[in-house]
Amino acid sequence: MIDRIIGRVKRVNGPVIEVMGITDAEMFELVRVGEANLIGELIKLEKDSAIVQVYEDTTGIAPHDPVYGAGMQLSVELGPGMIGTIYDGIQRPLEAIRAISEIFIQRGISVPSLDRKKKWHFVPTARAGDRLAGGTILGTVQETPNLLHRILVPPTDQGVLESIVPEGDYTVEETIAVLKTDEGKTKDLFLMQRWPIRVQRPTSKRLPLETPLITGQRVIDALFPVAKGGTVSIPGGFGTGKTMTQQAVAKWCDADLIVYIGCGERGNEITDVLMEFPELIDPRTGRSLMERTILIANTSNMPVSAREASIYTGITMAEYFRDQGYHVAIMADSTSRWAEALRELSGRMEEMPAEEGFPAYLPTKIAEFYERAGSMEALCGRNGSVSIIGAVSPPGGDFSEPVTQHTKRFIRCFWALDRHLANARHYPAISWLDSYSEYLSGMTGWWEQEVGPQWFADRTEIMELLHREVRLQQVVKLVGPDALPDTQRFILEVCTLFKNAFLQQNAYDQIDAYSTVQKQAKMMHIIALYWQRGSEALKNGATLMQLKKMKVYQDIIKMKFSVPNDDLSGLDKIEARLERAMDQMEALHA
Amino acid sequence: MPDAKNSRLLSGREYVGVDKIDGPLIFIRKTHPVGYRELIECVDKDGHVRLGIVLESSTTAVVAQVFEGTSGLTLPGTRVRFSGEPLTLSVSKEMLGRVFDGLGRPIDGGPAQRSDVEQDVNGMAINPTSRQYPRDFVQTGISAIDGMNTLIRGQKLPIFSGNGLPHNELAAQIARQAKIRGTATEFAVVFAAMGVKHDVAQFFVRSFEESGVLDNVALFLSLADDPSIERLITPRTALTLAEHLAFTEDMHVLVIMTDMTNYCESLREISTIRGEIPSRKGYPGYLYSDLAELYERSGMIKGRKGSITLLPILTMPNDDISHPVPDLTGYITEGQIVFEREMDGRGIYPPVAGLPSLSRLMKDGIGEGMTREDHPHLASQLFAAYSYVKDVRNLASVIGEEELTPLDHNYLEFGKLFEQKFVSQRKDEDRSIEQTLDLGWEVLRTLPVEELHRVTDEEIEKYYGG
Ligand SMILES: Nc1ncnc2c1ncn2[C@@H]1O[C@H](COP(=O)(O)OP(=O)(O)OP(=O)(O)O)[C@@H](O)[C@H]1O
Ligand SMILES: [Mg+2]
Repeated sequence: MIDRIIGRVKRVNGPVIEVMGITDAEMFELVRVGEANLIGELIKLEKDSAIVQVYEDTTGIAPHDPVYGAGMQLSVELGPGMIGTIYDGIQRPLEAIRAISEIFIQRGISVPSLDRKKKWHFVPTARAGDRLAGGTILGTVQETPNLLHRILVPPTDQGVLESIVPEGDYTVEETIAVLKTDEGKTKDLFLMQRWPIRVQRPTSKRLPLETPLITGQRVIDALFPVAKGGTVSIPGGFGTGKTMTQQAVAKWCDADLIVYIGCGERGNEITDVLMEFPELIDPRTGRSLMERTILIANTSNMPVSAREASIYTGITMAEYFRDQGYHVAIMADSTSRWAEALRELSGRMEEMPAEEGFPAYLPTKIAEFYERAGSMEALCGRNGSVSIIGAVSPPGGDFSEPVTQHTKRFIRCFWALDRHLANARHYPAISWLDSYSEYLSGMTGWWEQEVGPQWFADRTEIMELLHREVRLQQVVKLVGPDALPDTQRFILEVCTLFKNAFLQQNAYDQIDAYSTVQKQAKMMHIIALYWQRGSEALKNGATLMQLKKMKVYQDIIKMKFSVPNDDLSGLDKIEARLERAMDQMEALHA
Repeated sequence: MPDAKNSRLLSGREYVGVDKIDGPLIFIRKTHPVGYRELIECVDKDGHVRLGIVLESSTTAVVAQVFEGTSGLTLPGTRVRFSGEPLTLSVSKEMLGRVFDGLGRPIDGGPAQRSDVEQDVNGMAINPTSRQYPRDFVQTGISAIDGMNTLIRGQKLPIFSGNGLPHNELAAQIARQAKIRGTATEFAVVFAAMGVKHDVAQFFVRSFEESGVLDNVALFLSLADDPSIERLITPRTALTLAEHLAFTEDMHVLVIMTDMTNYCESLREISTIRGEIPSRKGYPGYLYSDLAELYERSGMIKGRKGSITLLPILTMPNDDISHPVPDLTGYITEGQIVFEREMDGRGIYPPVAGLPSLSRLMKDGIGEGMTREDHPHLASQLFAAYSYVKDVRNLASVIGEEELTPLDHNYLEFGKLFEQKFVSQRKDEDRSIEQTLDLGWEVLRTLPVEELHRVTDEEIEKYYGG
């Protein structure tokens, strides 16, 4: 199908190729380079020359090699069969590639993104004669037991449905419907459609962000929650827990679908997901987590340019499911590698660099990416959302570098990872002082409805203690803890307790790996209660030692491991025991 | 005298004269279409052949880098041959027990290796779906590693060191003692030296000799007095052999690469000469990807018996862990063993810093059936306690030890014992994992039981009480 020569190689410099003798070629056109058929994209056009970014290793490409145009933009295939699949940065299925080239990824392999032979059971919902707008629903395919894949009219088409097939099994390439467009043309529709990755898919309107994306991670849900449709940045130096946090969110959050993009990171981390996700059970559906996950892996040793594309490949797939009325969460690990890919390509194109060698358009690109998140009314009338959780890997762990700084301008939730916490093995190492969420105020309504009004009061009280602790610690560092009165030392104790018993969460522990919001709220309440009653007791003459040596203290420390999510009665017991112990203490000093 | 501009085509792909020489780079104009990354042979006026590769190719000129350096090359007198192929290495199992230069040519006086298997030294990206997640515990006999930062077969775990610290000793000790418990499989060692001195290479050779494993070691040496540019290819040749041994010959391979900081400096040198826009400290923006291309060649593959465990050594300039070389390495590898000069000063060997060191693959390789059931919690408890020790020491340095609470005194004592009994050991001491874990409990006993939040009551009963 690809045989139109659009030009010839003039110069090769890594993944960037200058092409000469361009006759007809379109911007962002998908191209093939040389006899090796390397996939590339035309990213700059100037008179009779062009620049092509090649998504595979260019070893051996020489001047005068032909460049072929595909006549379409770099696009993804959207339709049944994406879920549970692992793709590379330009949506080539890696399992299928392995079947061809075994251990290593050979160049020039071309495999369709969606299986061409597999038949899907399609149930039409639209009828011949219906007037259909772009993005409306033609019918459905039950892709997994929990996900009903809604087959949509491509957003750019509309017209009157001339015919539609009856319920039955079809491949993604068989015509399932024929649309008569307003211009009077007929157009075949399939289970599959294509969409260019660099173009946002259209929706009807943006909706306010008021529902949290529950992650099961206490420090996130309770202190720095993200909304469905929201944007989060997780910056942190190496080994501080970006990947672990994203994997935990991918595992336990209450999205309908996860798009996990491994962008320029480790191969073994992808293998880890591939090994673990199929085994893990989604607590909400009782099904394997892999049945709601799409993986994109462009690991650090895979070509740099495909790293740049992987982010767009991922978000386009996410938008497609959003358009069906689903809540999708994207994990992008790491957006810094994407930005560095931009920098490398820009450098090879000899563009003028701005800060630290990054191109001047870096902030625009970052903004464009995060703008594709949101809670939307889709063209089909249903509501769906795309949330983006992007890791940032600042050089030297220094947050003042350009990628962290620019990202901060375009996101509304910031989970700052702290080297000191990570070194002390306080996981997740999300700093309670540097992190923030601008979604909090919009979501208190949801929390009050789900777990009661106490939650917000408890949260406020504990956050205040954490901030007071900072000042007290400064004093301690100068004069030692003994210089503080018991009432103030108690603040330190409560904060330590809160960090150990609540904020720290062991991703490897069966029970602790995730907490329901009910469990979180109760745990937080118990600690708030310990603080309130404890301060009262101190005023009435109890000592700090007595408060710390209470038996129930050990129960509180271990409650995260001992009380399972599906039976919170253990927490009620601890609360009752705490009240009783405090009553006794009060009686003692009365 | 031949004019460079009128390079004469000799044997189809051979040219006489180059147009420009700049550091290790040569520029040749008006060639036939030359492939990117093609191997070249550069023949100097004495007939000596040097290898290089093409860095950039266009209709007007070719830029190539000469691995053995350009010193002594002349513009008119240099002949350049283009091979039409990327740089390959002929690999075989017989290369074990031999010594090679950075490009894989024997320098031990023995015959050139012969093999039908020619591999591109740049390797290819492993398909993530063909990887096997590494999870086999490697007992190194070193408590700071086995207990706290467990090495897993197939892991890439660098040593972040500093000038004058005993990283070579530790690497050699690991190479000597590493074993998979309950099996007789031995590690073959591939050793790559980049820009280190002769005595460092000698030290390793002697150490392998003493433990009688030299026959199972292949050395690739590009030493301090070899052209710096050769270092860029040395780890690639070494890893190419390692891949062959691991994934074709089913062997478990331990690759030691030292010193990666020298490698990175050579890369910076080339980048500067080419006038590329630098990122931090003059290092090129692609340093991350370049290192990843090397480090990601380690691991295990589904359906293959062998493995590549990678132990790169790097010296942190000024002991600064945020320097681009350790920083980018840490972003790629699966943890790091960090050395602390201050501990070395106190005579602690190995001077493994407790907090910044980390093994990311540890979680799946320890615990019941692998090491011992108490290992995960014990390690976590030791980390937590030791991290508090650091706080107490800081506090003590301000307010004085006398002002500390009794509990804090316990912690100071714990910290001392942890460093002196648990971390510290002899250079030939090979501790079993049980010994290591028991030692861990022993030092924990300096703390009152209420402080142990990270271990279970059963573990306390079984190990702490005794
Ligand atoms: N929630 C957690 N529970 C337990 N361990 C954790 C947790 N978070 C992080 N860790 C530990 O920290 C290590 C590093 O975490 P992670 O791989 O997520 O770091 P990262 O920030 O992604 O680093 P890099 O930038 O190098 O990829 C993990 O291997 C694990 O040992
Ligand atoms: Mg990571």
